Amino acid sequence: MGNKQTVFTPEQLEAYQDNPFRQRIAQVFSEDGDGHLTLDNFLDMFSVMSEMAPRDLKAYYAFKIYDFNNDGYICAWDLEQTVTKLTRGELSAEEVSLVCEKVLDEADGDHDGRLSLEDFQNMILRAPDFLSTFHIRI
Amino acid sequence: MSHPLKGRGEEAGGGARGRAGSGSPGTGDRSGRRPSRKRTHKAEDAPSRRGAQPGQKERAGGSPRPGSPRRKSAEHRGRHQQLAERKRSSAEKTSGGRRKKDGRASFQEQRALPKRGKEAPRKEETWKQLKKHRSSSLASGASNGESLSEEELARILEQVEDKKKLIATMRSKPWPMARKLRELREAQEFVEKYEGALGKGKGKRLYACRMLMAKKWVKFKRDFDNFKTQCIPWEMKIKDIESHFGSSVASYFIFLRWMYGVNLVLFGLIFGLVIIPEVLMGMPYGSIPRKTVPRAEEEKAMDFSVLWDFEGYIKYSALFYGYYNNQRTIGWLRYRLPMAYFMVGVSVFGYSLMIVIRSMASNRQGGTSEAESDNFTFSFKMFTSWDYLIGNSETADNKYASITTSFKESIVDEQESNKEENVHLTRFLRVLANFLIICCLCGSGYLIYFVVKRSQEFSKMQNVSWYERNEVEIVMSLLGMFCPPLFETIAALENYHPRIGLKWQLGRIFALFLGNLYTFLLALMDDVHLKLSNEETIKNITHWTLSHYYNSSGWNESVPRPPLHPADVPRGSCWETAVGIEFMRLTVSDMLVTYITILLGDFLRACFVRFMNYCWCWDLEAGFPSYAEFDISGNVLGLIFNQGMIWMGSFYAPGLVGINVLRLLTSMYFQCWAVMSSNVPHERVFKASRSSNFYMGLLLLVLFLSLLPVAYTVVSLPPSFDCGPFSGKNRMYDVIQETVENDFPTFLGKIFAFLANPGLIIPAILLMFLAIYYLNSVSKSLSRANAQLRKKIQVLREVEKSHKSVKGRATARDPEDTPKSDSTNATQLTKEGTTHLSASQSQTSDQKAQSPGASSSASRAVPPASQHLPVSWPPGIRQDSGQAHPQARPWRPGSGKSAQRPHH
Repeated sequence: MGNKQTVFTPEQLEAYQDNPFRQRIAQVFSEDGDGHLTLDNFLDMFSVMSEMAPRDLKAYYAFKIYDFNNDGYICAWDLEQTVTKLTRGELSAEEVSLVCEKVLDEADGDHDGRLSLEDFQNMILRAPDFLSTFHIRI
Repeated sequence: MSHPLKGRGEEAGGGARGRAGSGSPGTGDRSGRRPSRKRTHKAEDAPSRRGAQPGQKERAGGSPRPGSPRRKSAEHRGRHQQLAERKRSSAEKTSGGRRKKDGRASFQEQRALPKRGKEAPRKEETWKQLKKHRSSSLASGASNGESLSEEELARILEQVEDKKKLIATMRSKPWPMARKLRELREAQEFVEKYEGALGKGKGKRLYACRMLMAKKWVKFKRDFDNFKTQCIPWEMKIKDIESHFGSSVASYFIFLRWMYGVNLVLFGLIFGLVIIPEVLMGMPYGSIPRKTVPRAEEEKAMDFSVLWDFEGYIKYSALFYGYYNNQRTIGWLRYRLPMAYFMVGVSVFGYSLMIVIRSMASNRQGGTSEAESDNFTFSFKMFTSWDYLIGNSETADNKYASITTSFKESIVDEQESNKEENVHLTRFLRVLANFLIICCLCGSGYLIYFVVKRSQEFSKMQNVSWYERNEVEIVMSLLGMFCPPLFETIAALENYHPRIGLKWQLGRIFALFLGNLYTFLLALMDDVHLKLSNEETIKNITHWTLSHYYNSSGWNESVPRPPLHPADVPRGSCWETAVGIEFMRLTVSDMLVTYITILLGDFLRACFVRFMNYCWCWDLEAGFPSYAEFDISGNVLGLIFNQGMIWMGSFYAPGLVGINVLRLLTSMYFQCWAVMSSNVPHERVFKASRSSNFYMGLLLLVLFLSLLPVAYTVVSLPPSFDCGPFSGKNRMYDVIQETVENDFPTFLGKIFAFLANPGLIIPAILLMFLAIYYLNSVSKSLSRANAQLRKKIQVLREVEKSHKSVKGRATARDPEDTPKSDSTNATQLTKEGTTHLSASQSQTSDQKAQSPGASSSASRAVPPASQHLPVSWPPGIRQDSGQAHPQARPWRPGSGKSAQRPHH
């Protein structure tokens, strides 16, 4: 596989859309985590991001996207990254930490101070508009 | 590298069982493993799945009976032997490869082996029995070497089914694309190869043909789906808007499209059953007085200014109530037009009610329960607020802003729930604001009443100016334009949370529109009553004129008098047509005002801001005028009220729906263009998914409110004596009675009379209320049970988690222990088959239950995700794998299946 290495760089993706997590998406779907996509990776990404993809698959990849340090858990640091990216750093430090605290408070089922995949799935599967927003249309 | 997953799947299912087999004499490790797995499995589920095969049927009960059936089946399958041999060897090869890959799993098995000493003897026994069968069948059956026993066949079938399942669920597996393709290809090859061979003897060609057909069918279905998507009108336009403006603006256009569909159906009803029959078969224009323009209006009847007001020729056309004749049947079809007119009027409302309620119900079903979302405000904001559809930097900027705002809002909420502020001042201000707004509403209502009264006076006068003729419409439009901003200003006093403030704002605008509409209606009703009271005298005049005309002396008696020309017959005022014309004019002026507002307020403003920005002293785009936002709430409310007018007016002006269809069509294109060309996305985006049912609720309310006046006029006002399909009757609904009496057998008439008896209707209504009460209480108790179950699940989950985290910690300390307990789990599953009670099982059922709203496919898709975590997770997680495994294990295809099958 991969004889023809058609590589998509994050810059190309950036030209396509203005997504705060584009870097993460590229990293998650690239084979070696550096954000360069082969054709297969690219197809992968769109099969996950398509409207037809099942909820659990989307939830699984969403978890990977939000897990910035790739440790299998969404910890407070990951949450801070997410908030900062979502708001372009317009919230003050206290506000960010308050938000992270609230998120952990809400979604952390086992109270270990970080979100496991299960916590995340449990939370995201109840979100009313996760499915409607977590897809990309070409 | 090629089969990590499959290997694991086999391992989990077959591995544990295989151990029992490997102890048996005469079989190698691999070959022994597989049949034995099938055996245990088959004893449980063969009857249900392959009941048609005689040999297996016999053995299904767990009491194997060697003898004749066995032989028969052996003969039957003689010709598959070689095939199976070949297949088995290949399967062994691959499984060998797999085993190598999955060293860890087999290591676990080996460790688990001594632990399962208890189960092993039992298995061995079974194995020996089966071995005996096999040898007996060997002896009696086919001659060439090893025959194909049921186990083999069953195994192949099983595998084929596994592969099929794999193909079906391929989409929900978090694998890279290359692997998916490979697995898919392999699975398909496998299935193709063996399913044909194992087919019921028809041979490979039929099978190949079937597969080809299946493929074609799948492709056709996909193409058809694409085609269907392409057939949805304006889908591309709406998606375009959605990607630029987010889903909330698109929701307005989806609502508009839905409305257009509803109106098309109404249009079809009215045109197909009323207007076209009348035009084709009814008496032509000019044949009777009601279908002729009166002599006095004749000269100006074709002027544009007259036609624009729906007077002149348009007034005496099939677009309005007055044109229809009261003949019972028309044309050679003997079409009962008055009856049809009445029934269509009823069914317009019936259909609208049904469709609105149905779509409300489906919206309700689609959404998950609202109560839950409160628990996850921040989490949802963080993880689902970004709309991945946004593909435009401007929209993205706005989205960033709105997310920031919503975060800030939530933070403020959070902080506000803790602190207390000056309650008295807030209360006072809120009361004051409401008082002011009620004053505004009353004032606008009075203004409309006053204007309508005045217009009635104007209508009696002869030459009135354009302004005086259109005063009502102008005042109503102006009120609609200026009141909402005024309300917004007053609402600033209240200091509500913006979200709640928005709801209040919507409610107030709704009240304003509704008040205006109803004032308008009341004034119209006054007018109608006035016309009705005059009707008697006009009726007398008409009679007198006619009789005088025909009986007057001084005319040559020998020549029959030519009939009076229809244009000369004195006429009543025909209040129904007048009402229809009012609604028609209101609709058209509303449409024009909307378009002009868009053109001036949005387009010209955008042009000004865009082009004057080069030569202006401040930044127009960022500063004061800037670009207009798309006003979702105002547009939706406008649409809803327009629809209310259509519903009210369509009974008296059948052509109104046609006008409305045109209006919706043009406004679809016009607004799409205006939005894309001259609007910017909202600062505060409010969610489409929440508000859609809110809009539907408003629509339902408006529908009900517009049903009332129509029902009132139909039931309690006498129709005009000289126009419309019901003329000459005491009430409009008499047409039903007439039809029942004349066209139905007498006993049916009696039945109808009996049904119309109040003694029957009142109990029926009571019964309906009781049913509503009962259903309501049932649904309440169900939702309560639902909530309790959810709570229980939550508790269970927490218990599970704490249990697991304790276990996980223990595992970290002693990693040797985990595999043991792990494979014990698997063994238990294998042995008992039906058990739910193992910890892992209960957990998986928990997982299923956690998403009660999700479809079965969704809940089916849970396992693969968790199943593959150990495979595809980064190495960082490996140290905790003991934690993840007990849960992941039971889901592997083999064991999961054997545990679940018996339930079916």
